[in-house]
Amino acid sequence: MKFKSVFDIIGPVMIGPSSSHTAGAARIGRIARDLFGKQPTWARIHLYGSFAETYKGHGTDVAIVGGLLDYDTDDERIKTAFEEAASVGMTYEFIPESAHTEHPNTARIVLGDDHQEMSIVGISIGGGKVELVELNGFPLRLSGGHAAILVVHDDRSGCIASVASCLAEQQINIGHMEVSRKEKGNMALMVIEVDQTVSQEVLEQIAALPNITQVTRIAE
Amino acid sequence: MDVLFRNVRELVERAKTENKLISEIMIEQEMLITDRSREEIMKQMDRNLTVMEEAVEKGLKGVRSTSGLTGGDAVLIQNYMKKGNTLSGELLLDAVSKAVATNEVNAAMGTICATPTAGSAGVVPGTLFAVIHKLNPTREQMINYLFTSGAFGFVVANNASISGAAGGCQAEVGSAAGMAAAAITEMAGGTPQQCSEAFAITLKNMLGLVCDPVAGLVEVPCVKRNAMGAANALVAADMALAGVTSRIPCDEVIDAMYKIGQTMPTALKETAQGGLAATPTGRWLEAKIFGGAVVGREQ
Repeated sequence: MKFKSVFDIIGPVMIGPSSSHTAGAARIGRIARDLFGKQPTWARIHLYGSFAETYKGHGTDVAIVGGLLDYDTDDERIKTAFEEAASVGMTYEFIPESAHTEHPNTARIVLGDDHQEMSIVGISIGGGKVELVELNGFPLRLSGGHAAILVVHDDRSGCIASVASCLAEQQINIGHMEVSRKEKGNMALMVIEVDQTVSQEVLEQIAALPNITQVTRIAE
Repeated sequence: MDVLFRNVRELVERAKTENKLISEIMIEQEMLITDRSREEIMKQMDRNLTVMEEAVEKGLKGVRSTSGLTGGDAVLIQNYMKKGNTLSGELLLDAVSKAVATNEVNAAMGTICATPTAGSAGVVPGTLFAVIHKLNPTREQMINYLFTSGAFGFVVANNASISGAAGGCQAEVGSAAGMAAAAITEMAGGTPQQCSEAFAITLKNMLGLVCDPVAGLVEVPCVKRNAMGAANALVAADMALAGVTSRIPCDEVIDAMYKIGQTMPTALKETAQGGLAATPTGRWLEAKIFGGAVVGREQ
């Protein structure tokens, strides 16, 4: 079931005008910012389907930029997100695409600063609910409804077990887990949805394990 | 995932067997799924109710969207009602004006609570803040109204769609109107089965409704579709309370809506390429708002 909570239906509290094109867009931007872990200084935002056709009218553009500035769906500053972006020195570019995607409301955000670059693909599935479907080229499913951690690691045996036991020691229950890789023996990604909050300390413990490249937490 | 209901049939049966209201089943399921206390859940819904209340108040004072396409109609309807000569009745028009008020605030980028979406955010609060003058509910019953709406919306969202881009306006205002009809029915003392009938009767009359926003803005025809969604909900609730039933079971109506949405052309699913968006005036307004070539307008 994609919609788990009654507040997915009666909610979110948000700045209008569209739950999928404004609130959902803000959430996709915010997840990107969350995963990047800091304020990006530039972003290239590719829009597909209905997003590409109607983004100006729905405020999808200001909402995504607002999300990249870490604003929630009900943050009044969404309306002036372009000015706010200029004041923190973030540049952005919107590219409407004509390519057909599986979901009508799809956004690909490539973002970064002087040191790092990252890309995500998010879809807005209705009522403000979003799913993250790709991270740095890795396909994934993440509802955004649960706390989750993303672990980039080398595709070696024992890696998954070491992360799982680290969580088990802290009595953190895994609700859903997915592992994907681009090719055998190369870079891989673990997506772990958890029932409890994962502390910074635990994240650091996981990051220190052998063959782990990067650990990121996504709050509920 | 363990849930207490996956479709309307299970929802109604559980409410009947356990002799509970639909809102109560929804609250229990929320507690089960999110592992939160009843108090926390009620509090969050109370906050959403307050946001809805404030949006209605703001809209009734009069707002205008940046594009200038919408705003001020809620005030017109309220002023008309004061003359006391309404044809369709004060309660119905009150609901209509409050649904319009909410969506005018939404179009003006104000704060609203999506129910189930922003484009359809007017129907549930619009009807609620009208029927309370007749039914005199407690604050808790008003919160329950939102849980009953949520229970039906939950079924639609998981078994069909609440997205205009995926299923057309029938998935948004259609769902919202059905949700409101079920909640009105419960608040008025109807049985869980009657709630289900009210939902089915409403959605049946919203089937096929396309999503064709002019200039891609959630304004024309969205605001007025919320008005009619509210009217539809109230009439369907009265019919269900009178004992009228739907020949097609509620879950099958939801399934029909889903399939209609899947076969609906993309031009009519929130792409601003067909329907009212593609009329000469629709195109003219689009060009006027966003610039570009103004094509001939017949007027």
